Amino acid sequence: MTNDWSPRIVAFFCNWCTYTAADLAGVSRLKYASNVRVIRLMCSGRVDPQFVLDALAKGADAVLIGGCHPFDCHYVEGNYKCLRRFQLLKRMVQELGIEGDRLRLEWISAAEGDKVRTVINEMSATIRRLGPLGIPAKVEEWDREMEQFAAGIEVLESQAEPCESHAGVREGANV
Amino acid sequence: MDNRDSQEIRIGFYICHCGSNIAAMVDCPAVAKAIGKLAGVVLTRDYKYMCSDPGQELIRKDIAEFKLNRVVVASCSPLLHEKTFRGAVEAGGLNPFYFHMVNIREHDAWVHTDKAEATEKACALSRAAIRRVAKHKALEVKRVSVHPDVLVVGGGIAGIHAAMTIANAGRKVYLVEREPSIGGHMAKFDKTFPTLDCAACILTPKMSEAGSHPNITLMTYSEVAKMDGYVGNYTVTIKRKPRYIKEDVCTGCQECIANCVYKEPKFRDEFNEGLGKRKPVYIPFPQATPQVVAIDSRTCLNFKGGVLTDMCKKSCVAACGEKQAIDFTQQEILQEVKVGAIIIATGFQPFDAARIPQYGYGRYPNVYTALEIERLVNASGPTSGHVIMRDGTEPKSIGIIHCVGSRDQKTNRWCSKVCCMYSLKLAHLLKEHTGAEIYNFYIDMRTPGKGYEEFYDKLLEEGVHFIRGRVGEVTDWAASPEEEGKLVVRVEDTLAGYVRRIPFDMVVLATGLEPKSDAQDVRRLFNMSCGSEGFFLERHPKLAPVSTFSDGIYIAGCCQGPRDIPDTVAQAGAAAAEVLVLVDKGYIEQEPNTAFILDEECCGCKSCIPLCPYTAITFDATRKKAVINEALCKGCGTCVAACPSGSIVQNLFEDDEIFSEIEGVLAHD
Ligand SMILES: Cc1cc2nc3c(=O)[nH]c(=O)nc-3n(C[C@H](O)[C@H](O)[C@H](O)COP(=O)(O)OP(=O)(O)OC[C@H]3O[C@@H](n4cnc5c(N)ncnc54)[C@H](O)[C@@H]3O)c2cc1C
Ligand code: FES
Repeated sequence: MTNDWSPRIVAFFCNWCTYTAADLAGVSRLKYASNVRVIRLMCSGRVDPQFVLDALAKGADAVLIGGCHPFDCHYVEGNYKCLRRFQLLKRMVQELGIEGDRLRLEWISAAEGDKVRTVINEMSATIRRLGPLGIPAKVEEWDREMEQFAAGIEVLESQAEPCESHAGVREGANV
Repeated sequence: MDNRDSQEIRIGFYICHCGSNIAAMVDCPAVAKAIGKLAGVVLTRDYKYMCSDPGQELIRKDIAEFKLNRVVVASCSPLLHEKTFRGAVEAGGLNPFYFHMVNIREHDAWVHTDKAEATEKACALSRAAIRRVAKHKALEVKRVSVHPDVLVVGGGIAGIHAAMTIANAGRKVYLVEREPSIGGHMAKFDKTFPTLDCAACILTPKMSEAGSHPNITLMTYSEVAKMDGYVGNYTVTIKRKPRYIKEDVCTGCQECIANCVYKEPKFRDEFNEGLGKRKPVYIPFPQATPQVVAIDSRTCLNFKGGVLTDMCKKSCVAACGEKQAIDFTQQEILQEVKVGAIIIATGFQPFDAARIPQYGYGRYPNVYTALEIERLVNASGPTSGHVIMRDGTEPKSIGIIHCVGSRDQKTNRWCSKVCCMYSLKLAHLLKEHTGAEIYNFYIDMRTPGKGYEEFYDKLLEEGVHFIRGRVGEVTDWAASPEEEGKLVVRVEDTLAGYVRRIPFDMVVLATGLEPKSDAQDVRRLFNMSCGSEGFFLERHPKLAPVSTFSDGIYIAGCCQGPRDIPDTVAQAGAAAAEVLVLVDKGYIEQEPNTAFILDEECCGCKSCIPLCPYTAITFDATRKKAVINEALCKGCGTCVAACPSGSIVQNLFEDDEIFSEIEGVLAHD
């Protein structure tokens, strides 16, 4: 890891609190790490776990989600739903061997421009310590392995007898 | 209008310098150059002020000339100018939703210090927008009708003025006030600065006019319990507390009060800040509006612990006679009203002086708060305007301490704006009433306002003393014979440069203004935000000072921050004007970011149904498909994120659009 490596953080901010807070940070000219890229959603409840996985898969080193404080969600309880999904997602991602610190969920109200700065700076420092995640490179590697694996299977299949009973089960299965 | 989604994508990219706001930290031409190389981009421009007329005109012309069918503007926050640019795109003949905005000012130029990094970030964000906008679809703005009636919450001067303005324009207003009478803090004052006109003389006519206005439904002793709906169509549930009096029957003759079994007033009189007493059946003050008495079930003998026992001999009922206005069986009722817009004018609360123990409030009887003095100098107050202290004597020397609870890291950091002026007013009134020697202890004298500095000059000539310095403590510990039995103010006189001890008979604490203790509940009820100090947050400090982040909800008066009466009234007028714009137009245009179901893909699993906070999703049992009612959907996208088969789509925030944004911010090209 070289010194000029800078982590890439993708952030999903809800329109009503956290995005507005980030605007406030700007208006207040607070300075924070420049390696965060904010994507605006209407509510933290819109954060599909796939967005997070997709960001990591496409090269993000960490993902930050920002929503309104409990009881404050513009859509009543989108933030709770986000929290529920986030807990599951974090567990799953850790099972996959990705450090939990790479995922962060924060409640930041429209008045907390300062918290935007603190959270982003903290996160930037943490990820700098953890180093690059580098999923795209790994994905390439896995793809190569899979190809080899598939090629191996093809060779095996061409040698083996076709299995009637399995094909039958598959057709009748309820999907 | 060009509404075709599927044709060759031709994107125009504009990057704004915003004077030097963006250009000083982001190399705009470099960003334009980099973006120009991306697929689909046929034109890039960097321009000094995109939001200006010529800037918008540029977009309009380019759409025609270069046959653009998508537009991206990188400038300030979309919360500020998204509407502006969508308008320009529409004026150019494109569907306004073929547009995306990139925030490179608030989220980039203003928060970073390295130009190369900021420029790279601007490129990344713009690249994301270019990828996203290619996926945009033409959308239609829906019009929703606006209910013409209006709700005003809080009946202080702000609420009264706003309600009157709207009612005079011919609209129906519900004015909801928590206390038994409207009037707010202003009703407690004797005179108002700087003109010293009598508060009652200017407020009372307004109160009674509001009370009898055919377009105003006054709901006192009431609070909002619940708010549902959205801009233009709110359903508000109002909790009406029982006052045990039939409001429409009571004539305000007050015979019941005179004949209460309590011959003498015995209970703490809230309106007089506890300096006087009242009976369980009472009218808060002579000019109360409505002129209807109230029975306090906590102190009335016919109740015990708030529960009706019917044990009193009820001489009040006898005194009321045939009118039979007293009804002990009244219960709290919930009343529903439908309104199109709401003004919140719930005011402030004075800082609790006991929080600064070294000033002795609550410990020394002759330490008063400013609001208590307002009642003491008031001709209709508990002492009929005679300044008599709790020990029964008249003060010969009075110290007024400014900024109590304001401009202090330990309590409230803000300046309460009116305390200097009302302290001057009280100094004048106290001198007039008692002839006492009066000292004002101030940190800075803040008198900005029409006629305010002149008022200060007048006070200087009246022989009131001014000492610059924050008071250290108020004590009854005498260091010399002349301090014996007095309250001694210890202060560093920062102009003279030494610490002084000055003995007084009476000390007045000019307590600051702070958010009401239930401001957070009110905020949640109406879906507003609060600033860090706890006052309600305006949409924009300069350009939208009475709007909130919730459309159709406006704020006026001290609930938004400390201010004096002239500013409060001006602000209430502004809020009323905003409301009238909304209801007179009769409709609003709704952001089309609602969700819909892809019928052929929905497998009928019902996962989405319990997730919707607005019950906008139902299940069509015959077709075994979920159905979203567009009118109820508010576009949060929670169901979209949860649908296991990916068969819910949110307009403007489609999965595809967001995936391409993610790809865009992370791509290296
Ligand atoms: C000691 C003192 C002296 C002052 N003297 C002057 C002066 O001389 N000149 C001047 O210009 N200004 C003066 N001011 C400032 C002045 O009081 C304010 O500018 C003015 O009262 C603000 O009016 P408002 O309607 O915003 O708030 P308020 O007067 O506080 O009225 C708010 C109203 O809303 C009601 N309410 C609150 N919450 C709810 C709820 N949840 N539901 C229903 N109703 C609710 C309250 O009961 C109240 O009636 C003084 C202030 C103080 C403290
Ligand atoms: S709107 Fe902010 S979390 Fe729902």
